[in-house]
Amino acid sequence: MNFGIIVFPGSNCDRDVAYVTRDLLQQPTRMVWHQETDIDDLDVVIIPGGFSYGDYLRCGAIARFSPVINSVLEHAKKGKYILGICNGFQVLTEVGLLPGALIRNRNLHFICDRIPLKVERTDLPWTQNYTDQTVVNIPIAHGEGRYYAEPKTLKKLENNKQVLFRYSSTLGHTSKEYNPNGSLHNIAGIMNEKGNILGMMPHPERASDPVLGATDGIHLFKGLLTGITH
Amino acid sequence: MTVPPFSPEEIASEGIKPAEYEEIVKRLDRHPNKAELGMFGVMWSEHCCYKNSRPLLKQFPTTGKHILVGPGENAGVVDLGDGHHLAFKIESHNHPSAVEPFQGATTGVGGILRDIFTMGARPIAILNSLRFGSLEDAKTRRIFNGVVEGIAHYGNCTGIPTVGGEVYFDRAYSGNPLVNAMALGLMETEEIVKSGASGIGNPVLYVGSTTGRDGMGGASFASAELSDDSMDDRPAVQVGDPFLEKSLIEACLEAFKTGAVVAAQDMGAAGLTCSTSEMAEKGGVGVELDLDKIPAREPGMTPYEYLLSESQERMLFVAKKGREEELIEIFHRWGLHAVVAGKVIKEPLVRIFHQGQIAAEVPAAALAEDTPIYHRELLSEPPEYARKAWEWTVSSVDACTEEGIEIGEKWQSWNEVLLQLLDTPSLASKRWVYRQYDHQVQNNTLILPGAADAAVIRLRPIPPAIATPLIKGGRGDRKGVAVTTDCNSRYVYLDPYEGSKAAVAEAARNLSCVGAEPIAITDNLNFGSPEHPVGYWQLALACRGIAEACQELGTPVTGGNVSLYNETLDSEGKPAAIYPTPVIGMVGLVPDITRTCGQGWQSEGDRIYLLGSHSPVTLGASEYLATIHGAIAGKPPQIDFELERKVQAACRYGIREGWVKSAHDCAEGGLAFALAECCISGNLGAEITLNAPQNGQRWDEILFGEGGNRILVAIAAESQSVWEDYLGEVLNNLWQGVGTVTQLEGNLRISRGSRTSALLDVKICDMRERWSRAIERRL
Repeated sequence: MNFGIIVFPGSNCDRDVAYVTRDLLQQPTRMVWHQETDIDDLDVVIIPGGFSYGDYLRCGAIARFSPVINSVLEHAKKGKYILGICNGFQVLTEVGLLPGALIRNRNLHFICDRIPLKVERTDLPWTQNYTDQTVVNIPIAHGEGRYYAEPKTLKKLENNKQVLFRYSSTLGHTSKEYNPNGSLHNIAGIMNEKGNILGMMPHPERASDPVLGATDGIHLFKGLLTGITH
Repeated sequence: MTVPPFSPEEIASEGIKPAEYEEIVKRLDRHPNKAELGMFGVMWSEHCCYKNSRPLLKQFPTTGKHILVGPGENAGVVDLGDGHHLAFKIESHNHPSAVEPFQGATTGVGGILRDIFTMGARPIAILNSLRFGSLEDAKTRRIFNGVVEGIAHYGNCTGIPTVGGEVYFDRAYSGNPLVNAMALGLMETEEIVKSGASGIGNPVLYVGSTTGRDGMGGASFASAELSDDSMDDRPAVQVGDPFLEKSLIEACLEAFKTGAVVAAQDMGAAGLTCSTSEMAEKGGVGVELDLDKIPAREPGMTPYEYLLSESQERMLFVAKKGREEELIEIFHRWGLHAVVAGKVIKEPLVRIFHQGQIAAEVPAAALAEDTPIYHRELLSEPPEYARKAWEWTVSSVDACTEEGIEIGEKWQSWNEVLLQLLDTPSLASKRWVYRQYDHQVQNNTLILPGAADAAVIRLRPIPPAIATPLIKGGRGDRKGVAVTTDCNSRYVYLDPYEGSKAAVAEAARNLSCVGAEPIAITDNLNFGSPEHPVGYWQLALACRGIAEACQELGTPVTGGNVSLYNETLDSEGKPAAIYPTPVIGMVGLVPDITRTCGQGWQSEGDRIYLLGSHSPVTLGASEYLATIHGAIAGKPPQIDFELERKVQAACRYGIREGWVKSAHDCAEGGLAFALAECCISGNLGAEITLNAPQNGQRWDEILFGEGGNRILVAIAAESQSVWEDYLGEVLNNLWQGVGTVTQLEGNLRISRGSRTSALLDVKICDMRERWSRAIERRL
């Protein structure tokens, strides 16, 4: 399966993701410079974390005007897979591929931590490998990760079961005290209606290498591999 | 000498002393113009030319089997084997952070990162050694918040994990906080990129950001005492842009790999002045530069402003003639400026053009090498404050019992004493700080902050960022690098020589506690004014101590930074100096990253040992004496290097053999505090049995006394006999089994011999509550 990782000036988790898909999973992987437009060869596009264009103006706001974005929209239309992690999630909401917005954390500080997430659905390629595990531990690292959407949008997200990950306790309770950044409905990751686009603030690529002692994240990538080839 | 074209005030405002002005005239054989005077002002500052410290720094050992580049380049480089070359350095940004905490700290991080990637190394980790006043003070809280946020902003945006460091709070730093940033990088280019210009006629490239009026004369500003007026000196503080830095890292590393770059120098302190003169001087050539070519942030800048600007994210390259376009294209692709702004010339001078005229022309050596040196007189006997402090003996401390101590008619149990120490911000958890730093980006952080005595980073070469073909990869390496920063400045204040030795020994001990072999250090000497006899005495003795300790432990000095004049002048001009603070940044090699350990207990039933158990401890200079008794007195512990080496080697060997499951240095707060931290970290209790005091020793000395050479380790019960045999062999009787790890959420219980009543018996949750919220609840 061909993975492509978009590189904006200011992206800084691009290589971390490539390490997972290329080195750990041995999948063909290439870096896609933001000025490229031909990405037809790719099965999965990943928009990595970082501070695209310095995140001036607003997180992800400038990245949406990049030449590569039109090709990403095409890619999405074809029903191919797109994963936006952290800044990538912010870019996806700015581009309009996912609803809502990510605003400044409730405590106004950047937060880097390992947080339990409740997996809301396991009937999708993204999460099919989490069947025996309803809570996963995945690192977060963001200053603007507080998910916000209009009540109407939220309702639609919930009704369509588009929320895939919620901040929770280790037992899967999703009450306010387990919400690190103030996200509405404890939302950590959502997908589009079709289910081919996932945006999430937590970094699955940082919980993928057994050497580093955490592997809950790699199952997301692995799920994608089996999910799509089936 | 003819009458200078400047008033004494104008000369003084550049930080130049009258005698130094005469020296300038001698070297030029004429009076300088305004721009040249400014150039000398910054280049002859302590920050740039080490005029007070150079004679002292000479005694440092600087060579060894791992050392590839020692002091003098942008950063030191050590060989970790298997082709891994590690660049690392520490640098201070104290005064800017005092005036403008956020920007001061961001640009401190930015500057040290540039030192690393200028060598051709990709930055892989950042550490910070920070000192603030008391958190009870609102101004300190503002500075603390700003500094932490600034470090977070820059490190997080550039995508370099901030993995460790230290934070202390003490009133000695109220007016003058310390912000020292250390960075590590892994060489990506085959050759180490150096800074000496060469090749007459080669073009000089200016790359990166634009030049503006920020940070004017920052180096001079950093080399004077802080006063009430300093707060009006905000223009001396630079403004950082981590987004540009991130692009600059990528562009520079890509440029170096083309082979078209002859030499590179970052523009930090003294900007264009420093980079041109140092590149020229080191190459034994000259540099000609046309200011009209420099991308300016604003119109109407004078040569003086161009030359002294400390605008950030800028570099100077010497390129191979004919290949400049190739380099320029790379920088343009990353959205950065790159222009040919001058050339290498034969005459060994720096010649600056502005609007077709020569704006400055100075021999490069006069700026960068042939600079003033002050050999100062060392006090013949220790200063009064030290002699007075040394008069302290333990007999002046109220008597104590097995249960506790009465201090000023208030009875305190040992439980209460321990809980109070846990609530001391300097000793407590720094989670509030490191949670704001991205410490996992790059996917190589093996040990998370707070989990061990040192950070451990996997060494893994990183492929290029830009459009690579679809390729499959290989796996990472098995080697890692461990790193720590250390300095107990109260020790150094009370005895600069012994205190500095202790700082080096503690750094090495912390590395050994994660299983790493100490390799080399970088040092940041933060001191008061060397012009005061006491300040110079502290500096001189500290340097002697560092030199000796580095020799003893086989960890040469690869460079560092000197920050003097860390004093605040009150409105009456009375100086108050900080505690002398020689921060030691040490790196160590982890041969196998699957064999490291943290400080928290791992499993119930594990056996606990104290290595170096019979080493003397003292309450002198201790945290217990300062926090519980309010006394800064006594002499700090002395390091026994023979024992230190043995204890550390035993710990490392035990970790590599897989016997040792956790290890923790006994530092501030003594044995009881170290045990508490092991319990909190591992969320497991401990049952500890200590021998009754002997030879007039007191219980508080046993529990809270501090000393070098001591490490607490835990091993699995099944390894007990092989471990004890090994210890018997290498440490004779200098170790002691002290207890056992108990259950989840258990208590830390310390008792005496066979008796059943406990000296100290505290719940983990009570300890954690104090320890984890000590900083946060004061903000």
